[in-house]
Amino acid sequence: MSTKIRVVIAKPGLDGHDRGAKVIARALRDAGMEVIYTGLRQTPEQIVAAALQEDADVVGLSILSGAHMHICPRVTELLREQGLTDVLVVVGGIIPDADIPRLNEIGIRGIFQPGTPMQEIVDFISRHARSRVAI
Amino acid sequence: MDLSLSPVSGLRSPVCGDRYNPIVSPGRSVDVLYTPESIEALVYERDLADPGQFPYTRGIHPNGYRAKLWTMRQFAGFGTPEQTNQRYRRLLDAGGTGLSVAFDLPTLMGRDPDHPLSRGEVGKCGVSVASLADMETLFDGIDLGTITTSMTINAPAPMLLAMYLVLAEQRGTDWGTLSGTIQNDILKEFIAQKEFIYPPEPSMRLVTDVFAFCASHVPRWNTISVSGYHIREAGATAAQELAFTLRNGVEYVEHARAAGLDVDSFAPRMSFFFNSHSDFFEEIAKFRAARRIWARVMRERFRAASPRSWQLRFHAQTAGVSLTAQQPYNNVVRTALQAMAAVLGGTQSLHTNALDEALALPTEAAATLALRTQQVIAHETGVVDVVDPLGGSYFLEKLTNDLEEEAMAYFEAIDGMGGMIAAIERGYPQREIAESAYRFQRAVEANEQIIVGVNDFVSGEGAVVGTLYIDESAGERQLARLDEARRRRDGARVRKTLDSLQECAREGINLMPALLEAVRAYATVGEMCDGLREVWGEYVEDPII
Repeated sequence: MSTKIRVVIAKPGLDGHDRGAKVIARALRDAGMEVIYTGLRQTPEQIVAAALQEDADVVGLSILSGAHMHICPRVTELLREQGLTDVLVVVGGIIPDADIPRLNEIGIRGIFQPGTPMQEIVDFISRHARSRVAI
Repeated sequence: MDLSLSPVSGLRSPVCGDRYNPIVSPGRSVDVLYTPESIEALVYERDLADPGQFPYTRGIHPNGYRAKLWTMRQFAGFGTPEQTNQRYRRLLDAGGTGLSVAFDLPTLMGRDPDHPLSRGEVGKCGVSVASLADMETLFDGIDLGTITTSMTINAPAPMLLAMYLVLAEQRGTDWGTLSGTIQNDILKEFIAQKEFIYPPEPSMRLVTDVFAFCASHVPRWNTISVSGYHIREAGATAAQELAFTLRNGVEYVEHARAAGLDVDSFAPRMSFFFNSHSDFFEEIAKFRAARRIWARVMRERFRAASPRSWQLRFHAQTAGVSLTAQQPYNNVVRTALQAMAAVLGGTQSLHTNALDEALALPTEAAATLALRTQQVIAHETGVVDVVDPLGGSYFLEKLTNDLEEEAMAYFEAIDGMGGMIAAIERGYPQREIAESAYRFQRAVEANEQIIVGVNDFVSGEGAVVGTLYIDESAGERQLARLDEARRRRDGARVRKTLDSLQECAREGINLMPALLEAVRAYATVGEMCDGLREVWGEYVEDPII
């Protein structure tokens, strides 16, 4: 089995602006990670099912629509229910500063606002993703 | 010493020419100087002509902005119809000359506020409009016979247009006096913005049903705004924006003709919408090339006989994607320069972005400053006095030629695939755009592309702007309004109109009359869209990275 970090990139909610999700997906792949892009309009249930099925180390959510305070808590809650407590959850998009403390509280560890360099996201994930032991 | 005309072709600027410049389309470098040799093959009457003359490179009106300034149309919408109505009234009081409705995501996706997928999204990115009751509130106190209104709505475009028409009917405003635009451009949704509902074929039928209905009933309405804006925002280069947008235009013309419409009956009501981005001259050239390409395509490819079918009219919006969350006041400057490019390119209407839009929807103060930016250009700079003032510039004409050439190469590729729908189904434009977006981002990271305040000149940060925060109360109020509207209507009548809508969809009958009936009965956007979902199914995109 590969030791590559496995990342599920998901685009929840009704928004279809996927430029950011796709650019980050490519950057992570170019950095040597295994990237699964779920496509558009995934419900929290579908995202967590994908994380489970893909044995993901990381779930990355791209949200630009302002619906993050609805979507993020649901995703982390469902991950907990599935016992996926060691999966790193990060979110990128238009996230107001005011919402960051609450997102941290519910277990979102990386929050990337507009203008964040791709490399910073790659480094963060490399540093914080659960370690994977080769078999 | 004569500094003006020494031919130095081949000399490259050490700064620009050899630098990878991702905003300029790949494969095209910029010389340090342009001379008559750069545009040797240009024939004035054939390729430029005076403004108002085919191929309209220099503009569609002989007198440019002396005859009529562009429409200052600020895209706005958030929260409830009451909140947005207030914003519209203030924009009009501040000298705005047209309205432009931004709908929220549930409305754009044809979902009512109480649908599970609408949770947390109601009123967030635009205004929530679920039924005629919301439309009544949205335009309260605004005369539909004198204002022009643009509605940015695509998959449910016929439903929202029907609401606007029924509202006019209620107020005794003749449809013949209504003027405005419905975006109704589903192809760029498949390509870039992804707010689609139905598969391509029935989606195209909705578009052409609007063309046909308006040609006979709402003659001054722009039935489509073929949009490059979203294609560019998704990462396309200027040449890709130009090519995919105009090729989408071709696809609509072909479908409308296949549906039995005469080209000159609908083409004069087609309008366009472009991004006005940061590369100043390239953008001006893009607008000029767009007019020339469209005129030639309409006359030569489609044999349109009416000059109005040849004339490309467009709205422009400054580049949202160029706005930065860092040092947000820099965005005022970016927007002013981009707006200037749109004006020098001859736009018919313009939206200028607000300085805080990388962070949130704009505050009223930020939206007003954006409008003031247009007013300064219009009334203080003098650029409106002369039509196409940069026409004849060696550089600009060369760029115009180059962009036309690059766009035509894309036309050829897409024609070769069997048209735009076939190209979309194989992911061609989507892939081209994703590639450009990634290339741009890498150039930013490598500091080959400087973005002031982001990857250079980052000192002195800390300017904080207050932003608009849309809480959950708008969503709650909309749920209550929806309940109220449902309680007050005649449920049996609604069901009957929805049945008839489905029947027309199955029978291939123009859907606009059935939609008008459903709207009159206060059927909701979600109910009408669901009715058609049952008949046509939904489109699911193959995710490509």
